[in-house]
Amino acid sequence: MILFLLRRFVTMALTLLAISALVFIVIKLPPGDYLSNQIEELRAQGDAAAAAKAEFLRHQYGLDLPIWQQYLVWVGAMPGPNGWAGLLQGDWGWSFEYQRPVNEVVNRALALTILVNIVVVIFVHIVSIPIALYSATRQYSLGDTLVTLFGYLGLATPNFLLALVLLYYLNRWFGISIGGLMDPRFTDASMSMEKMSSIMSHLIVPVVVIGLSGTAAMIRRMRANLLDELQKPYTVTARAKSVPPMRALIKYPFRMALNPFVADIGNLLPHLVSGSVLVSLVLSLPTVGPILLQALKMQDQFLAGFILMFVAVLTVVGMLISDLLLAALDPRIRIGGQA
Amino acid sequence: MMSAAPTTMPTPLGETHWVNPAPFNPDASKPLTPEEERYYRASGLQLIWWKFKRHRVALVSAIFLALLYVSLPFVEMIAPYGMTTRHADHLYAPPQQVHLFHEGTFEGPFVYPYKFKFNLETFTRDYIVDRSAPQKIRFFCRGQAYDFWGLGRMDFHLMCPPENGTAFLLGTDRLGRDLLSRIIYGARISLTVGLIGIAVSFVIGLTLGGLAGYLGGWVDATVQRSIEILRSLPELPLWLALSAALPVNWSPILIFFAITIILGLLDWPGLARAVRSKLLALREEDFVKAAELMGASRTRIIGRHLVPNFMSHLIASASLSIPSMILGETALSFLGLGLRPPVTSWGVLLNEAQNLAAVNLYPWLLFPMLPVILVVLAFNFMGDGLRDAADPYH
Repeated sequence: MILFLLRRFVTMALTLLAISALVFIVIKLPPGDYLSNQIEELRAQGDAAAAAKAEFLRHQYGLDLPIWQQYLVWVGAMPGPNGWAGLLQGDWGWSFEYQRPVNEVVNRALALTILVNIVVVIFVHIVSIPIALYSATRQYSLGDTLVTLFGYLGLATPNFLLALVLLYYLNRWFGISIGGLMDPRFTDASMSMEKMSSIMSHLIVPVVVIGLSGTAAMIRRMRANLLDELQKPYTVTARAKSVPPMRALIKYPFRMALNPFVADIGNLLPHLVSGSVLVSLVLSLPTVGPILLQALKMQDQFLAGFILMFVAVLTVVGMLISDLLLAALDPRIRIGGQA
Repeated sequence: MMSAAPTTMPTPLGETHWVNPAPFNPDASKPLTPEEERYYRASGLQLIWWKFKRHRVALVSAIFLALLYVSLPFVEMIAPYGMTTRHADHLYAPPQQVHLFHEGTFEGPFVYPYKFKFNLETFTRDYIVDRSAPQKIRFFCRGQAYDFWGLGRMDFHLMCPPENGTAFLLGTDRLGRDLLSRIIYGARISLTVGLIGIAVSFVIGLTLGGLAGYLGGWVDATVQRSIEILRSLPELPLWLALSAALPVNWSPILIFFAITIILGLLDWPGLARAVRSKLLALREEDFVKAAELMGASRTRIIGRHLVPNFMSHLIASASLSIPSMILGETALSFLGLGLRPPVTSWGVLLNEAQNLAAVNLYPWLLFPMLPVILVVLAFNFMGDGLRDAADPYH
């Protein structure tokens, strides 16, 4: 088990390393950087003093170093102009756009992003397991057909368009605004029950919208798995021995069917995170989504790089958790991991 | 087994035990019916087609998509107006309803004209419908002239607005451009994005997956690791970052190609993985061993025996990832990081709907969503049917 854990952690570290290189290349792709663009603009306006200051900042943030050195400084594997200050040391860099350190800019958004994604994962599971159980045990009934149909629609409906439509109709029919995280009047208020409930009610729509396609996919897979298991001899034996139906369902077939289900979190997570970024943009939720879009447009490289890295870490860690859960659930995987 | 068996066998009791001397033929009692005969002799492709046909929804979706794609070269004829034709006196005009009956008498499809009036009390645009004079919509008619693929000017349209009237069936946008026509023109871009993107991802996936599956060793390990890394990354933020990296001064057409390539670049892992696992499984099959023993070259084995065997499967899974590309393009353009006007796709049209205030006043700006959802649904149904049919022998 310890060996298995160790292996998983090492793979995760290597994956993150590769991802960090990829992210760095991507944010460095556009020609120039925030400061050099600014310098050119200032020069064009004849503002030599400001240009000199920006030039100084460029040096300050190591933007004049060769690319590979910039990468090492950013990750924290090499001392930069400010000494050891990279991702590994917990220093996430400077946002040129906001003129503040990145961690101050994204602080609140990070917590909210994690919150939204966890709530969505829980939502997907809570909703899809009972529905899948129902539709697998009553194959081809009316309810099952409805569930299958819903599955198709849920998979095909683009979540950001759904968010847009909901935004429009809820506003039109019920006069409620679902955009934003809370009612505007609570923005500066201190935490209270009312504020909390306002946040919760604003979270419902995004969670449903982001989780819809994931739920549909989960129901489909879970139903197929369960149907396979229900035909196996051990289920027949259990029924022949007159084990109570509920127990004959939950004790063995369900546990077997759950297995791929947990493994699927790994596939599910990147989609959920993608979805949450996009849906937050439409619903103007203050997650990292809108900040990322702005940062990418402005070439605010440290900010954009950090957020990209953050969503990657979110999915990779989620996958690790799902792997560990799986190993706890199924001894065969632990043993396979050691072999 | 069927060698000349003794016809009689003496038993210990001295009786004779009779056995039919004819060789055993399990089919003797029931000869093949013509249908069975046809089934057993059918080629793989035929089997796939028969199986696909039974999936009604998939068949309807496939026909729907085929019609859409066939009509793409002729959008100029189908659209009632040009893509960029502006109507300065009809800004943000609401959709005009098509009526059939005027004051109880059947008139054929017609619209009532409306006039723009600025409401000075609410500061909104009002369009006052004049119900006295119905205007017939014309079909197979001459309308606005257009350049047809460089073959010369034409003015034939399937449908035209009435003489001296307008027919904005889905309303107009902020510049007074007909939304229906723009959606029809947008189909050209939106639908090709998926195809080009899938072509890119198909080539990469087939090459890398094929190499990994056939060569094994460190090539396999490298490809496997990169697949894992790419699959663990959320697509959309990466798409955003890559398209934000496209230079501002590129022409819209160049951007269009760049975006499709970006969409394809991140999509190949699924395909590569499928190719690899299929190759690994097929490599062990008897017919491959037979071909090897008969001295077939590597390329022949791959090209003649392996690839045709999983091609149908691959095409099915590729058709399932086209919708995600179409949606990706729509999302990027919707956020303003994708295609740029004058290139018009459904996503570019939806970009105007990003402003909630505008959507509240002019809800018809949301119409471009409809074709997106329909096409995505159709591709999903068709892909499902194809996937079920792709393995005809199972």
